[in-house]
Amino acid sequence: MTDIDPSIRCDACPVMCYIKPGRTGACDRYANADGVLTRTDPHVFLGDTITAIGAGTTYPDYKPAPFIVSAQVEGVDMITVVTEGIFSYCGAKIKIDTDRHLGLERAAVRAGGEVVGHVTTAEYGSQMLSLGGVHHLTGSGKKSGRVTCETLLTLCNGGAVELSIENGATLIAQAGAAPIIDGVPEQKMRVGCGSATIGMFAQQWRGLVDEVVVVDDHITGVLSEHQAGKLLDIQETGIRIQGRRSTPGRYFEVAAPGTGWGGTDITEPRQILGPFDKDHARPGLTMLMVSTTGEHAGYFVLDKDLRPQPRAMPAPLADAVALIKDNCEPALCSVLFMAGAGGSLRSGVTQNPVRLTNAVAAAIVRVTCGGAPVYIWPGGGITFMVDVTKLPKNAFGYVPTPALVAPIEFTMPRTDYERLGGHMADVRPLAAVRGA
Amino acid sequence: MNPRLHIAWLADGKRLHVQDGPIDLVIQVFASPDATARALQAAVLRMSTVLGELCAELSLLRRAAPQSLRGPVARRMNMAVLPFCAARFITPMAAVAGAVADEVLAAMLAAAGLERAYVNNGGDIALHLAPGTSFTAGMVTRLEQPRLDAQLRIDSDSPTRGIATSGWSGRSFSLGIADAVTVTAATAAAADAAATMIANMVDLPGHPAISRAPATSIDPQSDLGDRLVTTAVGPLTMSEKQEALATGAALAENYLAAGLITGAALCVQNQSRIVNHHQREHALARHP
Repeated sequence: MTDIDPSIRCDACPVMCYIKPGRTGACDRYANADGVLTRTDPHVFLGDTITAIGAGTTYPDYKPAPFIVSAQVEGVDMITVVTEGIFSYCGAKIKIDTDRHLGLERAAVRAGGEVVGHVTTAEYGSQMLSLGGVHHLTGSGKKSGRVTCETLLTLCNGGAVELSIENGATLIAQAGAAPIIDGVPEQKMRVGCGSATIGMFAQQWRGLVDEVVVVDDHITGVLSEHQAGKLLDIQETGIRIQGRRSTPGRYFEVAAPGTGWGGTDITEPRQILGPFDKDHARPGLTMLMVSTTGEHAGYFVLDKDLRPQPRAMPAPLADAVALIKDNCEPALCSVLFMAGAGGSLRSGVTQNPVRLTNAVAAAIVRVTCGGAPVYIWPGGGITFMVDVTKLPKNAFGYVPTPALVAPIEFTMPRTDYERLGGHMADVRPLAAVRGA
Repeated sequence: MNPRLHIAWLADGKRLHVQDGPIDLVIQVFASPDATARALQAAVLRMSTVLGELCAELSLLRRAAPQSLRGPVARRMNMAVLPFCAARFITPMAAVAGAVADEVLAAMLAAAGLERAYVNNGGDIALHLAPGTSFTAGMVTRLEQPRLDAQLRIDSDSPTRGIATSGWSGRSFSLGIADAVTVTAATAAAADAAATMIANMVDLPGHPAISRAPATSIDPQSDLGDRLVTTAVGPLTMSEKQEALATGAALAENYLAAGLITGAALCVQNQSRIVNHHQREHALARHP
């Protein structure tokens, strides 16, 4: 059986239609056009604001933007300049909520065998990727540019993409969904590093167990040595951790990074322990080893040779582990589209492009992307970021340049638009665009 | 608030368009400004959750009636199709558009006293008429060539509060060949269900000019499963049209006698049949 169902599933509303090629869903608003979920209605209206989705555009933008719409909002004659911008300078910043090691900083990120971006850094509980950008879109060969464009388009339109990181993990990323790393869906973000976890939960462990080790690729915490343990009068246990000690009860590099316990490569937590110190340890001493998300946990008791042996975890301690898990947020993959509005796009909006830039900087003009709020980078130009999940589905398109097409709206009072050198002759009342 | 909900005045500034997924309502209220505002707010509030409620029970709603259902709209759908399910296959989905219109209108009437109001859900319409008032509705008999072919006047003293139209070229599938079957009934949901059943019966089984395909070959999730639905109807002779209309009209007569509907107009390729016993109410006339 090599028959592949060419239907696509629409997720624009909870009906979740399966749509056959060339057909529309139950609403007649979304269609399956050659396997791509496509809007069939020309414009999307959000309340009293028209959005640029479906407005169409010309490239380069020497003509006025396709729709310059005037609407009466709270007595102020508002102007919304609507265009779909073509962005050669654009990309996506991806935040993957995981402590698992995805790849080294600067490692290439590939999609379909082509380099589409790289690993940038780690943020708290997350790994950061940068995909696309002008060098990948137009600077490194035709095939690479096309694959980069496809990858960005899929991600920005809310779809899932498979990315493989050089000498690292393979992951499936989709905005607003849990990342799937080497085939395993990530469940939880860690509540904090190992040391922070000790600080947060030490109270709950008191009286239930003699020692706690929170295994973490960044900082592994040891209760009896940690400041939090000292304050609670936890006795020394003679534990020895194989790692680089930072401050009391905090260890770096207990293992290599990986997809095992707490973002390390270990599956047997006892391998980070050295022999217990005979002067402080005693047979019968109890120990909890747990990861920073509570997803991995083990309970051990020292035998007569002071070697930790696994035992069934007492119920109150299992509850304490569950508390760690409950305090972890669901792991998500988030995607910010980032792009710069160039000179030609701005001239579609006004006859004096720099005045538009200045007006945006001065917050006279409100910029939105498909109706969603954007963050404008300080400095020159109009470089913005937007959370792709805030846009209506399939708001992004592409041109073969390759470049992404994204909606962008500039909203300002009519008088300000006139002052900016706006295309006043092309202003149309909202009702005329909307039709009966 | 439901972020998918699209709310906008139509160009005339009198009719409110409220849309969520496949639910497309045009609502108009004739009342004091205050009552109108309260009613429309109630309509929007009700619409903010209707689609979610329906989708929670969608798999049951796509199965043959009767079904045990929880949501108020789902129950309206089930109630509307109950009288038909013993004799023929029908799912609650046959009444979905009408049931949503009824539900939203009920929410509006609970919020404010209104003189007249209608909720038009893609042609399936729920009406409210205070004593002494009436509505005139236009009728389109060929969905693929929409024009006003006839009009229909409904007075407050008639039992009619719902109008629905079904046909093979409309948004939903039909097992029959009627271009349009417009039904009036006590509720929009009842009219919706009956129009579906009557339109299915307007048929010429085995006729070579009629193309059919399994419903799931077009919409994999159709409640009609692999039943053959009409995909095209070639030219028919006058007697063939009359024959098809006659089987549909016979079923409509039964429904009328049983009190399930208050009237029906059936159309196949510019030929029509009217079924009703309230000539005063349904002054159904050809438009000039």
